[in-house]
Amino acid sequence: MAAREGIYGLLAEFETPGELIRAAQQARKDGWRRMDCYTPYPVEEAAEAIGFHRNKVPLVTLVGGLMGLVAMFLLEVWISVLAYPLNIGGRPTYSWPAFIVPAYEWTILFAGLSAAFGMLALNGLPALYHPLFNAPNFRDGATTDKFFLCLEALDPKFDLAEAKKYLLSFEPVSVVEVEF
Amino acid sequence: MAGSEVKHDPQLEKQIDPATGEYRVIAPGQTFRSVTEKITRIVLTPTTPLGWLAIFGVGGALATMLLVALTWLFLEGTGIWGITQPVAWGFAIINFVWWIGIGHAGTLISAILLLFKQSWRNSISRFAEAMTIFAVVCAGMFPVLHLGRPWLGYWLFPIPLTMTVWPQFRSPLMWDVFAVSTYATISIVFWYIGMVPDFGTMRDRAESKFAKYAYGLCSLGWRGSVRHWARYETASLLLAGLATPLVLSVHTVISFDFAVAVLPGWHTTIFPPYFVAGAIYSGFAMVLTLAIPLRKFYHLEELVTERHIDNMGKVMLATGFIVAYGYFMEVFMAWYSGSHWEAFMMWNRMFGPMGWSYWVLVTCNLAIPLTTLWSRRLRTSIPFMFFISIVVNTGMWFERFVIVVTSLYRDFLPSAWGTYRATRWDYMTYVGTLGLFTALFLLFVRFLPMIPMSEIRMMLPGARITAKKAAEAGD
Repeated sequence: MAAREGIYGLLAEFETPGELIRAAQQARKDGWRRMDCYTPYPVEEAAEAIGFHRNKVPLVTLVGGLMGLVAMFLLEVWISVLAYPLNIGGRPTYSWPAFIVPAYEWTILFAGLSAAFGMLALNGLPALYHPLFNAPNFRDGATTDKFFLCLEALDPKFDLAEAKKYLLSFEPVSVVEVEF
Repeated sequence: MAGSEVKHDPQLEKQIDPATGEYRVIAPGQTFRSVTEKITRIVLTPTTPLGWLAIFGVGGALATMLLVALTWLFLEGTGIWGITQPVAWGFAIINFVWWIGIGHAGTLISAILLLFKQSWRNSISRFAEAMTIFAVVCAGMFPVLHLGRPWLGYWLFPIPLTMTVWPQFRSPLMWDVFAVSTYATISIVFWYIGMVPDFGTMRDRAESKFAKYAYGLCSLGWRGSVRHWARYETASLLLAGLATPLVLSVHTVISFDFAVAVLPGWHTTIFPPYFVAGAIYSGFAMVLTLAIPLRKFYHLEELVTERHIDNMGKVMLATGFIVAYGYFMEVFMAWYSGSHWEAFMMWNRMFGPMGWSYWVLVTCNLAIPLTTLWSRRLRTSIPFMFFISIVVNTGMWFERFVIVVTSLYRDFLPSAWGTYRATRWDYMTYVGTLGLFTALFLLFVRFLPMIPMSEIRMMLPGARITAKKAAEAGD
């Protein structure tokens, strides 16, 4: 990772999901866009609060599944009709009903792999480094029992002193600066 | 405990939810941190319990025996097994079907119950899924070993080989290759994706540098962003939605291996649903066999409660009746078809030289569980449920024995009849896979989070979003 200088953002810690959601909703209303919430389990309302409603995982899965279906069916047809035709009692080589099962399995296989790896890719994972882990309270809480709101420095509204005051108005447990 | 003579055990009273009258899914008084601590401590302790080492020793010894049996098999060929004409399938296929059936309950719990929003499943889903994967590992071995020349197993796959021979896609045996390999792959992916956030927790809670690195790599850098969680939840639901038709197809395709043949006792249309129900029946039995000692030794009674044991008993009761219907239909069709061969097969199955195996199956799968599992008192009795789980696992193994052996050994012409007797190598291989399964499962319990922490957190009272919580917390 390219080492960058300066501040990644400001991280506010909350005790409960409710406080986090209210803060995130308010920040969104006040015009903040470059921000994210961090929770130890999925909190749908928090994603809604920062304006994240839809994702592309279903589309990736659909495309993957169709690719698996087409790939396996064509492979079976090519093998059974062209590459290695077997004459068994004069039965037709293009016996498509027998090809359904493997094509069905590969639809599921490709769709499942697309869902899993597509989700990771859209999330930008695996990531070996992220500035948030520099925050002293992040590792103890974000994956256990604390709820975080991070206002990122990339947001045009971001001004260190102003943003800090703004976050403190939500009465969080703490507000810390996160360095790159 | 003091006051154990008191009829109304306060400990028990606490376990019952007054709103529903059911046992609670999670015992009261748990917080995000206490649950996290409890589950991570099992893994992150530097001391390995002596009991773990002892059982791992036994499992490892049996797995070593498997290695011996397989080495001899590779040197000598399948002639060391009891398989012969006309019983060419024998233990290898019995064990294959039995193991893969066991795996099905794991997928049912992790996928189907997730789609039905049965949140009680959360505590048991992870290790049920681990059970699936290790059962598929044991199962997948058998058909390949049964090939005779296992080192040519790659011929099963449609890959461009120098002799330009391609697989025959009209055979159910070929369909099996795709069903089982897809099942193994999707199960592993679903299991791993489910563990990623928990690996993040482990990374953050680990003390030793090595554990931090190891779990950090496994966690793929998970940081719990709600955008990530949203995609993660979508992917989990999609994987569950995909695993559901997959798991139903796997045992269906395996039943095609039998049903497509013209043999009396195999050539029936009831096989697909009957195989799937049997798979879930035996799988839940295996989940109980694993869950009951686990919750005791690792003190997880607050997370894997009587409710789970009770619900699993109910699922077994339901699937047990589907299996019973399958048995009944086989007998009915043997008579109703008017086929001489079918009728003889059924008579031979019940009263022939191997008739005892049919009655073992009826006792273990029908007589004992389907009469007793009606009682809630028995369903929540831990020793009884452990006993039932062993009984059903035995019964389901005998079901596969009955289907494979008693259909094959006396088929049409008496001149072609034979018999079947398993050799010591058959037994060593079977018991060896039990050891391998035990060893793999123990490694899982020792090194991976066996209960999905993020899913448990969602069920805790702290996850409820209340309107006026801010006022009291911000004092």
